[in-house]
Amino acid sequence: MIRIRNICTYYRTVQGTVKAVEDVSFDIYDNEIVGIAGESGCGKTSLMKTIYGSVESPMYIANGSVELVVEEMGREKVIPSEEIHQYWWEYISYIPQASMSVLNPVVRIKDQFLDLFQNTSARPLGREALLQRMADYLQELELPPDVLNAYPHQLSGGMRQRVIVAMATFVHPRFVLADEPTTALDVVIQRGILTMLMRLQKQLQNTFIIVSHDMGVHYQITDRMVIMYAGKVVEISPTEAMFERPIHPYTEMLINALPRLGDDEQRVGISGRPPSLLNPPSGCRFADRCYLVTPRCREIDPPLVEVEPGRFAACILRAPVELVEKGWERA
Amino acid sequence: MGTRMTQHFLEARNVSKIYRIGGLIGSTKIAAVDHVNLTLESGKPQILTIVGESGSGKTTLARMIARLIPPTTGEILIDGKSTSGRLNHAQMKEFRCKVQPIFQNPFESFSSRKTVDTYLFETARNILGTRNKAETHRAVDEALASVGLSSDRVIGRYPNQFSGGELQRISVARAMIPRPELLVADEPVSMIDASLRMNVVNLFKKLRDEYNVTILYITHDLSTAYYVSDLIAVMYRGNIVEYGPSARVLKQPAHPYTELLLDSVAKIGKKWSDVVRLPDMETKEYGHAACKFAGRCPYVRDICREVKPPWVDVGSAQNVEHDALCFKLVDYQNVEQRPPAKVEEHAV
Repeated sequence: MIRIRNICTYYRTVQGTVKAVEDVSFDIYDNEIVGIAGESGCGKTSLMKTIYGSVESPMYIANGSVELVVEEMGREKVIPSEEIHQYWWEYISYIPQASMSVLNPVVRIKDQFLDLFQNTSARPLGREALLQRMADYLQELELPPDVLNAYPHQLSGGMRQRVIVAMATFVHPRFVLADEPTTALDVVIQRGILTMLMRLQKQLQNTFIIVSHDMGVHYQITDRMVIMYAGKVVEISPTEAMFERPIHPYTEMLINALPRLGDDEQRVGISGRPPSLLNPPSGCRFADRCYLVTPRCREIDPPLVEVEPGRFAACILRAPVELVEKGWERA
Repeated sequence: MGTRMTQHFLEARNVSKIYRIGGLIGSTKIAAVDHVNLTLESGKPQILTIVGESGSGKTTLARMIARLIPPTTGEILIDGKSTSGRLNHAQMKEFRCKVQPIFQNPFESFSSRKTVDTYLFETARNILGTRNKAETHRAVDEALASVGLSSDRVIGRYPNQFSGGELQRISVARAMIPRPELLVADEPVSMIDASLRMNVVNLFKKLRDEYNVTILYITHDLSTAYYVSDLIAVMYRGNIVEYGPSARVLKQPAHPYTELLLDSVAKIGKKWSDVVRLPDMETKEYGHAACKFAGRCPYVRDICREVKPPWVDVGSAQNVEHDALCFKLVDYQNVEQRPPAKVEEHAV
């Protein structure tokens, strides 16, 4: 599992400190697909980078911790954030947002593959055996094995993306992070890649964390959802329950923002825009755009409380603070 | 498409765009747009959506209609006048007043070093041809009002002071300055956050209803296409494979490709059941002389790989214009020589 506790990830900028992720705590369990959703600038990508242990200036962790808890030879092993990078590809891998351009354009796919797994447990196999295993693995994923001999530009965007997914899952890491894995792709290809991810997860029984702004994608593949708004987590719920009955007004508006096929209802979107993260307002950050807003919302910074088993929300109206006083548990 | 009696506002006649891919030796030709015909009646502002995946030719077709690139063969007419080939200064000006483009990425349409109003004033002076400051300001104010923004919110500000949605509305305002009859909008909301997307999409409806603007909306997003458009054209590998009223096409698709697209949308409320087949090598498909979808089609028969599929009218029974390019709709009969009346009997 991944244990995230009070994480604050900030950016140093000329204008001041941008608080991209503010006091986020939750657990990601083994053998599940977790989706993270929210508008651009809500901190989804910063949170992913923090979990991946890829924190580079101007980004820094101001507070809190991320720990990977893995079982090794029957014993529990805790990997703190500073050490996560030593376990890249092996335990945790990352499919980045602009993965169309992460492949080196002048190196054949197979050499990039070999290069990556130099330092993992797959190395002792030797070059030939490793290439054979790659070819087998690609075949298993229904990709033509001759892509190994191709240069990235010879492949279509969808094919490149599938190759990256293959790379990221080759040594069966326990955690796979995917940041907008299908955003630039067409619906048919998107569906192909998402089905591929779901199948892999079932097979490997590991954990996938998917960031997407497309709620349809989340509905299709995730088990549990984390909704972020302006750097904070506003709701955590099992996917089906959340789509059926969202707790936080922001989740509700996010689900209903876009029209659906075959549905003639007029849609208006969410008016206004998220607050600046340089100087976030006190109280609920969604207050300015919320249709339920009360004066108290602007005073109290709503904590994330467990409203019903497994469902957490940060809203003083829908997840009343009275629950907090009764002794609530953090996600 | 369209009846011959009415005057056409927009007509694309057998338009093709051929690109050469590869070096001098061994290059291949790809028909990004392959003999496309498209007509829109005049006197009836509508929103026509062109949907398709990347490489379907939707953007190329839109760019040809907006005269940003010339067609290789065929011609495009606006109000019966050809807009292809050379135009003199007056014709060019007339064209720009009638047809205006809107681009995909609002953050790239505006230079970050100039205030956004620079573009608005320049368009007013150069395209609309306003002669003095008062006229220019009036034109800009009206255009901004048409997109629901007030000029004091916009003038003197830089692009980074707006959200993507607002910026895209400003680029729509810029396009509205000459009071065009046709807006060509290429993926206008794909770079905008989901929460703000509807502001722009609803704006298109408003412009159609209140300003009589016809809008060519290019997108790969079927849900906004369903929401906003009157007509829809589905493109695949350079061909229009299905055309008709949007609600009808998206609810009762006639072409197997439209069916596949609809099945693939990540919908809320209905989970995917089966697995889709993805193409291995996409460039091959452009070269097919017969049906380009044959390699992926679940209903494929031998004839589909050999003969160019017919353009079948599937809406005549209900008296609507709904056509698709597919052999399945005529029981895989080679009907090229038959009169169209016979075709309809076989139509699904």
